[in-house]
Amino acid sequence: MTATDISPRAQTTDYAIELRGISKAFGPVQANKDISIQVRRGTIHGIVGENGAGKSTLMSILYGFYRADAGEILINGQATEIPDSQSAIRAGIGMVFQHFKLVENFSVLENVILGAEAGGMLRPSLSRARGLLKDLAREFELNVDPDAKVEDLSVGHQQRVEILKALYREADILILDEPTGVLTPSEADHLFRILRGLKDQGKTIILITHKLREIMDVTDDVSVMRRGEMVATRPTAQTSPTELAELMVGRKVLLRVEKPPARPGKIVLQVDNLRVVDSQGVERLRGISLNVRAGEILGIAGVAGNGQSELLEVLAGLRDAEGQAQLRGEDLPLAGPGAGAISRRRQGVAHVPEDRHRRGLVLRFMAWENMALGYHHDAAYNAGPLRMNNAAIMRDTEAKMQHFDVRPPDPLLQAEGFSGGNQQKLVLAREMERNPEILLVGQPTRGVDIGAIEFIHQQLIRLRDQGSAILLVSVELDEILALSDRIAVMFDGRIMGERQSDQTNAQELGLLMAGMT
Amino acid sequence: MSAKGRIPDWADVTLVPLVSVALAFMISAILIWAIGESPWEAVKLMVEGAFGSSYGWGYTLYYATNFMFTGLAVSVAFQARLFNIGGEGQALVGGLGVALVCLYIPWPHWTLALVGAMLGGAVFGALWALIPGWLQAKRGSHIVITTIMFNFIAASLLGYMLVNVLRPQGTQDPSSPRFPPETALPSLHEILALVGIPFSRVPPVNISLLIAVAMCFVVWYLLWRTRLGYQIRAFGESEPAAEYAGISPARITIYAMLISGALAGLMAVNSVLGEQQRLVLNAVEGAGFIGIAVALMGRNHPFGVFLAAILFGFLYQGGAELALWTGIPRELIVVIQALVILFTGALDNMVRIPIARLFAQARARGR
Repeated sequence: MTATDISPRAQTTDYAIELRGISKAFGPVQANKDISIQVRRGTIHGIVGENGAGKSTLMSILYGFYRADAGEILINGQATEIPDSQSAIRAGIGMVFQHFKLVENFSVLENVILGAEAGGMLRPSLSRARGLLKDLAREFELNVDPDAKVEDLSVGHQQRVEILKALYREADILILDEPTGVLTPSEADHLFRILRGLKDQGKTIILITHKLREIMDVTDDVSVMRRGEMVATRPTAQTSPTELAELMVGRKVLLRVEKPPARPGKIVLQVDNLRVVDSQGVERLRGISLNVRAGEILGIAGVAGNGQSELLEVLAGLRDAEGQAQLRGEDLPLAGPGAGAISRRRQGVAHVPEDRHRRGLVLRFMAWENMALGYHHDAAYNAGPLRMNNAAIMRDTEAKMQHFDVRPPDPLLQAEGFSGGNQQKLVLAREMERNPEILLVGQPTRGVDIGAIEFIHQQLIRLRDQGSAILLVSVELDEILALSDRIAVMFDGRIMGERQSDQTNAQELGLLMAGMT
Repeated sequence: MSAKGRIPDWADVTLVPLVSVALAFMISAILIWAIGESPWEAVKLMVEGAFGSSYGWGYTLYYATNFMFTGLAVSVAFQARLFNIGGEGQALVGGLGVALVCLYIPWPHWTLALVGAMLGGAVFGALWALIPGWLQAKRGSHIVITTIMFNFIAASLLGYMLVNVLRPQGTQDPSSPRFPPETALPSLHEILALVGIPFSRVPPVNISLLIAVAMCFVVWYLLWRTRLGYQIRAFGESEPAAEYAGISPARITIYAMLISGALAGLMAVNSVLGEQQRLVLNAVEGAGFIGIAVALMGRNHPFGVFLAAILFGFLYQGGAELALWTGIPRELIVVIQALVILFTGALDNMVRIPIARLFAQARARGR
């Protein structure tokens, strides 16, 4: 596709995009209900909403992945049909997905021209793209080495390639879906500088996020979605995070965690010089030393992929490591017999895994079957050497579901039938109700709606105050700051530094997360 | 938020297979009509041949017994997401175990011989499945490939054993000697005669049928009531979650394959000891492969396997009658069986998705 394919766009309205009465149902689920929204040209327009509010569906309709059941799309004032993504690109819409769609072992240039090659020979497209990339780098701080392989780039740079792809296709309207989920704070700031630059050039940007701080920082207008409906649109300057959160949830929420000061006790977990080399021979943990005390929360901050997952896996008995570890003063084997997940649980190490869909739950198991996951050897759950006591597990599940307010409180419902927040409550109920010596918890509120986040945070604090040690891994810096008593920052398999949470701030931690001390 | 809604379990186990089978029969009817025969007459003949007399029932149930064992074998492995294609070979080697036990141990009574033969068949079948299971667990060799290969090795092994070891001197037939008469299992005719029900003495259906039905229950109990079954199912549904729970993938792979192989090996009690009373070259006759179709159709649930095994028993026996009494060629009967497998196994979603949609619409209206 070349520039000549694009007809000069009529500039008859102030709106780059106008959606009128968009509805979309998947079977019985109404994902979008009569949605209307106007996006002013040359602005950054935020769309916020909880998981499942219908943001992604709406954007997928705009990008031609789904067809709306009803409603109209106007691009620059003209009614436009968008049956597929090619039409969306022709209409000047570019999309940067949350999960990048790049060919890992292609170079940046090759990725940029992929699917938009001019003719059968690559060379002309490549040199055109090279020239363009040079201009864009100068103009918008979008610098990426055009000949680098994508797999060698940092996540932040990979995201720039996605933006470059859209710009190469002459997008006037850029949609970014949760763009900062994988970025360090400084990378996110850089992204926002790029977005402001693009806006100044007259581009229109739609930013989908669940981080209210970003909305306040960078957008001109903001629209809030809840349960498939557009509940409000406000100029950003005339709203506040509190109001937006209330609009998202439909009721008042506590954004701050009420937390009495910690009363740390004895050291529960002591780890020295932990090392892990993965199957590719890459060193994932390069000498981690830390300790966690009873009655305190140690937060591990860091950008995803800097060894936090490996650290959790080692401590939970899912991965072998070198080094020393002690639990309540007794040696904790890190490899070989006695280092498995079953022994860890027996010793009072509970684990809420980062990925509840893959690890924390068997999605097709019913809630009560999931309640026994990892505790299937527990005497209370067994009726004989072979037979499990299903009735006892069922009763236990009912009690725990009640206690953790899991909705619906139906132990016979399969895990996949619960919402994200309730799935997480199931996992937390299983791991926390046993009052473990130490709770390892990874991304406790990922994909969880705001109402449930509040509840989960309260439960973690409650467990802390009962005297359990908690090791918290999260990529949400706000969450780390809100919950932790001490914060250790990981970068590239090392701990870059440790801070008392009341004596640090996001800027300082952000620098540590980027590997700067 | 997927278009593929959920359907109730009862519909999953009954409605979907029934519609699939109905579709397969419709196409079969068109085929029969196209070669100039009457589909209606063919159906009548099949049903009468399979269910119209105790003779027909006897054969139907004999085949169904084989299919229950092999179907359960495939199901147990599949609950652990292991696709055991090797039921055929495991049943062959199980037959060898049964034959050795019956030939070389002087059994005083059939009850003891039955226990011995079950052990022999199960252990040999299990060991034959253990090797691919171990290779998968420890070396990552794909179980589909290795179990297929082991079918060929089993056939060769059996040929060698029959020709060079078990064949009585002076005979040309590659088969073992007849088992001693003390080992002969009571037929269904004899069992039913005890309670005064007349049943044809001709068909080879025997007490193994009851063992197969009992095994359906045992497998259900194993999978849904025991800790091992829980671990097998957890591993099958999600390997990362099983690891998280401290379930060893290698151990579960090996256990599941042992149980699967043992069930396949048990089939030989029916065919080798129950029917032939000696070991012959082709003792399994494809029942190991039919077991895959039976498990697919029975949704890997023992109760479903039970029903599917009877359906395939009907297809076998009814098909044989059809070939005997009509101009419909033998090949077409294989085609009909293949259509049933195609629709119940491979084209499962073709039926499932529209049914799911109907349920979703009904739910939407109900609201």
